[in-house]
Amino acid sequence: MSKMNLTRRGVLKTGAIAGAGVAAPTIFTAQSAAAFTNEPTGSSVTLGFNVPQTGPYADEGADELRAYELAVEHLNGGGDGGLMNTFSSKALQGNGIMGKKVEYVTGDTQTKSDAARASARSMIEKDGAVMITGGSSSGVAVAVQALCQEAGVIFMAGLTHSNDTTGKDKKANGFRHFFNSYMSGAALAPILANNYGTDRKAYHLTADYNWGYTTEEAVRTSTEAMGWETVAAVKTPLTQTDFSSYIAPVLQSGADVLVLNHYGGNMVNSLTNAVQFGLRDKLVNNKNFEIVVPLYSRLMAKGAGANVKGIFGSTNWHWSLQDEGSKAFVKSFGTKYGFPPSQAAHTCYVQALLYADAVERAGSFNPCAVAEALEGFEFDGMGNGKTLYRAEDHQCFKDVLVVKGKENPTSEFDLLEIVEVTPTSQVTYDASIFGGELGSCNPGA
Amino acid sequence: MEAIILQILNGLDKGSAYALIALGLTLIFGTLGVVNFAHGALFMIGAFCAVTLSRILTISHTVVDETQKDFLGNPLKVDVPYVYDWFGEAAGNTIIDWAVPLSILFAIPVMIAIGVIMERGLIKHFYKRPHADQILVTFGLAIVLQEIIKYYYGANPIPTPAPAAFKGSFDFGAMMGFDPNTIIYPYWRIIYFAFAAVIIGAVFAFLQFTTFGMVVRAGMADRETVQLLGINIDRRFTLMFGIAAAVAGLAGVMYTPINSPNYHMGMDFLVLSFVVVVVGGMGSLPGAVAAGFLLGILESFASMREVLAVLPGLNQIIIYLVAIIILLTRPRGLMGRKGVMED
Repeated sequence: MSKMNLTRRGVLKTGAIAGAGVAAPTIFTAQSAAAFTNEPTGSSVTLGFNVPQTGPYADEGADELRAYELAVEHLNGGGDGGLMNTFSSKALQGNGIMGKKVEYVTGDTQTKSDAARASARSMIEKDGAVMITGGSSSGVAVAVQALCQEAGVIFMAGLTHSNDTTGKDKKANGFRHFFNSYMSGAALAPILANNYGTDRKAYHLTADYNWGYTTEEAVRTSTEAMGWETVAAVKTPLTQTDFSSYIAPVLQSGADVLVLNHYGGNMVNSLTNAVQFGLRDKLVNNKNFEIVVPLYSRLMAKGAGANVKGIFGSTNWHWSLQDEGSKAFVKSFGTKYGFPPSQAAHTCYVQALLYADAVERAGSFNPCAVAEALEGFEFDGMGNGKTLYRAEDHQCFKDVLVVKGKENPTSEFDLLEIVEVTPTSQVTYDASIFGGELGSCNPGA
Repeated sequence: MEAIILQILNGLDKGSAYALIALGLTLIFGTLGVVNFAHGALFMIGAFCAVTLSRILTISHTVVDETQKDFLGNPLKVDVPYVYDWFGEAAGNTIIDWAVPLSILFAIPVMIAIGVIMERGLIKHFYKRPHADQILVTFGLAIVLQEIIKYYYGANPIPTPAPAAFKGSFDFGAMMGFDPNTIIYPYWRIIYFAFAAVIIGAVFAFLQFTTFGMVVRAGMADRETVQLLGINIDRRFTLMFGIAAAVAGLAGVMYTPINSPNYHMGMDFLVLSFVVVVVGGMGSLPGAVAAGFLLGILESFASMREVLAVLPGLNQIIIYLVAIIILLTRPRGLMGRKGVMED
């Protein structure tokens, strides 16, 4: 029988050495023979889908995951091929990516930056994901994008609308297909002026976090340029559930328009409260009182129910679009799942295909080669008309939809109607206005 | 002046919810000595009773409408609720429209049953355990309950509107001689406040004027003596747990038109309700009610634009700030009694 000499000092030393070894993330420390992080060497390639599977945006995350699963099926040659049939680039052949079968792992962002980084890190380090994509929040997108930059993998953002994602926080390894606050403001303002006139007094309620600020600024700037006056802008806590104390003083301020710079549960509750207070039945300054929701999502509109009727907002994509790409995606998704896809599902599906296509065109999974293939890439047939992945900030430029809550919906999905498709030229801006530096691409190992 | 009246009104409905939840918490703490962190989940389950009844009332059969197309271009399948078939479309619509008030009748037995099952099945095993154990187990239970609700109903809020007759708002300003539109208040929030007042009154009357209530109050004051008199106080306390669950559940049912219910709405109220209980005084029913309204109104004032301009962020900390001040000056809370939670 052997005898073990356990001393306190010995245990502490061994523990400290073992702890340091476990704690050090190998992806950031290990020297590898590979040319870049997680270079696929076998017959398959692994993608990491980082979506909110728990928490308040879990339904949106579930729709993102459905879209990714559909994209993987199409990339591997299954199903009807979906948007691969209408995509202007013909590099994808339905045989995986560069002949490697596409596999995937999923992570749960919980819509929390630290949890999202942890799940992305785990997919990169443990599962060997060569690309991370997904998410339903700008805070998460910025955090995960920074992690992917450090780790040397490509990040294809999901639903993130803040200017900062491809503005002051942009990174060379990060790419966004979704539109942003600036584009919402630029698209909405002319429609609001046409419908409500140029002599309006606006009262903003703004979610007290990054996305709220950039959205308020974008809508204020655009509407003030049209002649509107902003009488007040009040920040509301992100955790607020009852907005009555913020909405009740709106009429006293002399405002005749309420702009709700809220998303998700905040939007559902603030809009419901505003309608409860009868704001839309009021006549102020001899004009009908109006409400505007700059960023719409069908899933959120469903939560607000009949309260969205007649209310203007903007959206990245809508299943009722009649271009060939949108029709193909709706058919593919609708046949598989039994209901139409959300804008979150669309942007995630498109991002997965765009990444795969860029790899094929680059002839490499090396993130720097992929980034180069995506930069300045012009494409069509993906549901938003002609689109450019701008090289300067990795932001997609395409048409923006202005929508309105439908008065007579025929189903629980038929909640928004497209009022106008705002052309790309009207929502394009100088890449330098939001600051930030892309830096240089990081291939990792 | 108008702004002050407006914020008092706003504080009343929020205070009503706080008061109803805190009342149930205090009842449970006063009778069973249990710190119930699952009480917010009971509020949430009450709200989902309204969602469930709405869904039951709209159970439908499908009719194919060849004149309309669905999103895939196939003939549209239209859902026709069975209540249309049974009562005609107009009467059927009215029944569906009144789903939330009807849910009160549905929620009372459901919530009492859930309360009794919760107490007999789990919480009774923790009576003699430290408060920390009770908090851990009830908090865990709350998470389990909210995940069950999320599994079946999804994570998104579910619109559950008030009957059409109560939509819109009442112009208090015009009635009180101020300019029109300066003090408006939604009809449903007036109803919510009145409902809360009736429930609070009913609970106090039940405890004060019935034999059952008298025994419960005696048990709260001296459990051992009541048991020595041959009264089965445990059974009465179990029922009180059920009643407390029903009070929280009814608060949730009536709250659904104010904010679309979702699975984590209970957590949003839970912490604040505990602060209300502590400020009111542990174990004091009138204290819980008074503190509920007080903190609701103060929170409303702290959200005023004029206040936030001087003290940014006050709206997020006001309740805790007041709690600190009250506990420093009156350690037992507003109406707390000596000896409660001081052992």
